[in-house]
Amino acid sequence: MKIGVVVNEGPYTHQASDTAYQFTKAALEKGHEIFRVFFYHDGVNNATRMTVPPQDERNVQKNWSELSAKYNLDLVVCIAAAQRRGILDESEAKRHGKGEGSANLAPGFRISGLGQLIESGIQADRLVVFGD
Amino acid sequence: MSTLHTVNKSPFERGSLASALAHALPGDAVLLIEDAVVGARAAASKTAEMMKAAMPACSLYVLGPDLSARGIPSTDVVEGVTVVDYPGFVDLVAGHDKTQAWL
Repeated sequence: MKIGVVVNEGPYTHQASDTAYQFTKAALEKGHEIFRVFFYHDGVNNATRMTVPPQDERNVQKNWSELSAKYNLDLVVCIAAAQRRGILDESEAKRHGKGEGSANLAPGFRISGLGQLIESGIQADRLVVFGD
Repeated sequence: MSTLHTVNKSPFERGSLASALAHALPGDAVLLIEDAVVGARAAASKTAEMMKAAMPACSLYVLGPDLSARGIPSTDVVEGVTVVDYPGFVDLVAGHDKTQAWL
């Protein structure tokens, strides 16, 4: 079954990012297809490569990147929400004159628009939302 | 057409569990996750009554790992409420036509 996932809450806030991750992982392990994980609102903060949590603690951002690498997951970050919160890829950093090396989008994520969420709703058999 | 309703906040903090139970139709399922799992305790008489009233028209579930994380033994949940793990959560999503998160 094709499942779309939406994450509306940032990491280390309450529990939504963790639940979304555990749900996505369990679905993939059961053989379902995750059509896309869409990060919206504060959820875009899951996509920064600059997080450095204590080493003996779960790394929410890295968990997503690793899951993406393992299963070729499509992790999409809403561009408007990302720009408000300082999540930039190379081309956005350049376009806004933020200087060399200021792009902070983590591996496995891509920045795109709300159309990707709509498409997820249309293409996936189920859309599951996690948030605050 | 059946719906899986997910509730993620404590019923002592927000009204989302009451809303979900009030809107759930016969054949629907309600799954308590995150802080909402405290509402599944049999000792919490007010919410326990609310949940019992929703059964058997609706099936009620609670996420086991979130119970454990809060030190609530699965034996403490309201009778008739099924404890599921993450793969069980996935099965509930797959087994209903749509999922509604009561955020």
